[in-house]
Amino acid sequence: MYNQTEIIKDTTDLGPEGELVINMGPQHPATHGVLHLVVTLNGETIKKIEPHLGYIHRSIEKMCESLTYRQFIYVTSRMDYLSSHINNLGCALLIEKGMQIEVPERAKYIRVILSELTRIASHELWLGAMAMDLGAFTPFFYTFREREMITEIMEETCGARLTMNYIVPGGVMYDIHPNFQKKVKAFIKQFKEKVTEFEDLVTNNVIFQSRTKGIGILSAEDAISFGCTGPVARASGVRCDIRKLYPYDVYDKVEFDEVIETAGDSFARYIVRVKEMNQSIRIIEQLIDSIPEGDFVGKTKNVLKLPKGEFYTRVETARGEFGVFIVSEGGTNPYRIKFRSPGFSNLSALNHMAAGSKIGDLMATMGTLDLVIPDIDR
Amino acid sequence: MSNEEIKEIISSTLPSATYDETGEWLNVIIDSKDWEKIAAECRNGALQMDFLFCLTCIDWKTHLTMVYHLTSTKHRHNIVVKANLDPAIAEIKSVCAIWRTAEFHEREVFEMFGVKFLNHPDLRKLILEDDFKGFPLRKDFEDPINMIKL
Amino acid sequence: MFSLEGITTAVQDWLFIKFNPTLALAIECVIVILLAITLFAGLGLVLVLMERKVAARIQIRLGPNRVGPGGMFQTVADTLKLIMKEGLTPDSADKFLFNLAPFIVMMVAMLLLAPIAFAKNFQIWDINIGVLYISAISSLSVIGILMAGWASNNKYSLLGAMRSGAQIVSYELSAGLAVLTIVVLTGSLQISEIIAAQQNGWWIFKGHIPAVIAFVIFIIAVTAETNRAPFDLAEAESELTAGFHTEYSGMKFALFFLAEYINIFIVCAIGATLFLGGWMPLHIGSWEAFNHIMDYIPSSVWFMGKTFFLIFVIMWFRWTFPRLRIDQLLNLEWKYLLPISLLNLLLVAVIAILGWHF
Repeated sequence: MYNQTEIIKDTTDLGPEGELVINMGPQHPATHGVLHLVVTLNGETIKKIEPHLGYIHRSIEKMCESLTYRQFIYVTSRMDYLSSHINNLGCALLIEKGMQIEVPERAKYIRVILSELTRIASHELWLGAMAMDLGAFTPFFYTFREREMITEIMEETCGARLTMNYIVPGGVMYDIHPNFQKKVKAFIKQFKEKVTEFEDLVTNNVIFQSRTKGIGILSAEDAISFGCTGPVARASGVRCDIRKLYPYDVYDKVEFDEVIETAGDSFARYIVRVKEMNQSIRIIEQLIDSIPEGDFVGKTKNVLKLPKGEFYTRVETARGEFGVFIVSEGGTNPYRIKFRSPGFSNLSALNHMAAGSKIGDLMATMGTLDLVIPDIDR
Repeated sequence: MSNEEIKEIISSTLPSATYDETGEWLNVIIDSKDWEKIAAECRNGALQMDFLFCLTCIDWKTHLTMVYHLTSTKHRHNIVVKANLDPAIAEIKSVCAIWRTAEFHEREVFEMFGVKFLNHPDLRKLILEDDFKGFPLRKDFEDPINMIKL
Repeated sequence: MFSLEGITTAVQDWLFIKFNPTLALAIECVIVILLAITLFAGLGLVLVLMERKVAARIQIRLGPNRVGPGGMFQTVADTLKLIMKEGLTPDSADKFLFNLAPFIVMMVAMLLLAPIAFAKNFQIWDINIGVLYISAISSLSVIGILMAGWASNNKYSLLGAMRSGAQIVSYELSAGLAVLTIVVLTGSLQISEIIAAQQNGWWIFKGHIPAVIAFVIFIIAVTAETNRAPFDLAEAESELTAGFHTEYSGMKFALFFLAEYINIFIVCAIGATLFLGGWMPLHIGSWEAFNHIMDYIPSSVWFMGKTFFLIFVIMWFRWTFPRLRIDQLLNLEWKYLLPISLLNLLLVAVIAILGWHF
């Protein structure tokens, strides 16, 4: 669409005297993907941040309009690839709700355990990447050691490590691997032993605390107004955990706490995610020994047809509230589908949070927003 | 708050609103001209709808429908507000000042459906290239090069 | 006993017998230059490998282990790759300054080598103002960095250079004051005399707590001066991609890279000389037998051992701490380190006057 001279030409405005406009991204180590931020600087101080999106836009919503209800679930794995399992779950729940499909208990248990494992894996990766944004390289390898165990469990049971595609409407695709329970327990054991390492290396580090405390503050009102969800909103003191508010699958049977912090700064967001990992472990511990026997997938028709109407479900991914909105005309394909991705709304708060701070603070703020770019662009 | 109470409150502000309760949540169908009034009432009135969690548009070929999913973090009730637009002159008031998350969502709807949001502070393309022609999520959009027919 | 002093004396005697004095001196100069360049290349290879191995050890992985036994030739392979890469110069860069900058940085590092005593009586130039010379020359490297940042015509480079300028100029003060404490204790600026004064004990042991404080401040300051994490703001990867050397490639980048490691070696060598007794072996009071065993270890081994220990400490910092923010960095210097070093200098002066040190 562009010819070459247009790409080379620097079209950014020169702006008033003393302002420096830099293009952070689409190729930049801290944006973790192809996010393009146009940052207006005054020396080291940020005046304005303007995100430019679309570098990985695949128009998944349009694509889904020509896919059947069995097919479209798996496209959502490619949105928020770090919690692909939970994205799939959201879509499956919508179809089950729309068609009143009965899901066997066993499938529900498996889905929740895998969701929580996904959440831990996602937070582990975030923890390492965020520490790397702040200049500490080592925690990355420590978090990946635990994450590796989860991906191995996923690989064994789902057949894939990142985009699991394990969920079908009515249950799960295959039964769990015989080693599943044993491996998950081994993981829990190791996680509990090693979690203190992060406390020593990152949480209690003076430099880390001074880099994150009081940085990128988001008040509770702003968090709601910007539509922030997940750990970002919970760090500002907003109750928004879908697992608690609108429980799905077996979340109403397990005991866990919704982690709420009130400071609203980067450190609070960090603490929320670390504590959330512990809560996920708690959920898995309650379920892992009591997976009921029985079918892993309910009886469904071969061709799924959602009745005419509008459907909306939401699930709690690692990044926040993931909503699926489907308008059905009664056919085999959705008429219109809309994914409400948590990252998109969280990103919109970035300018508000980072304006007035230093470039170094932008990394702390952006890091704790936990942006996954395919999730934002869709 | 039950649906009846919500209906009462909205009807007192806007008697012309119609309701549809077939779905999961209460649907409020309004005229696009009244949206600003209703939005302010939902946000600041007794309903306290402070969280706009989904904003999108549906192309029904004959007309466009703006869909706003609202919830209240205080009372935990949900409503869906719908406003029909004419595709030729698709215009509706922006709600950026009421829910700030609308700024990005409205920019997305603007480029994907061509709905013009009046009073939006910065209505530009967000995802697509600046010189992109057409509105890709409309049903009549054709791209002979990049679209694969299944 | 192996001694570098013997070799140098033998070479010098032989040269002066064979040639006339002027020619002999010229040949010596050539030998020194060759040795310095060889040392540079060798140090670059060893330090990069050491950094990667240390990092790997800290990060529970193996590090380079494919090229040669235990990955020993990995850096050689990397260097070959960098030599063969094209050295790009951006279109809108200031070509002269852009190409000059890496050489300035490199030259400064080379100049700093002159007064360092590598072993007993093995020193290129025992200048009588050695410490002053080091402080003066080491500040010059900032010019090369500013030049690189400005000439690249890249906003990230400019920001990196700006940060680097602020940082090096600030931390120069603390480093200088920490060095001064030893000068006050010794009463001389000459490197050989500072080492000789540590005959009966290193300054870090003899100088009581003030010397320890000075040592800690020195290590922090030189970490900042060499742009190493947690003070690597000039090339903060996650913020400024690569800071002042974003636009450099091929051998020009390699020169920056090499200069960084040489600078670490030099500051650690200075630290070892001033605080840890240079090539002096470890002596403990009147333990004659122990002292004799220590004496048996060659002085060059002592010097390298101490230097590499300090290098290891600095590498350890890098792989443990997150990066500071620019205002926190300057606060640390101007609000904490500088007042402490000034007070510390005063304290040391009192100790030196009253003769309280050992």
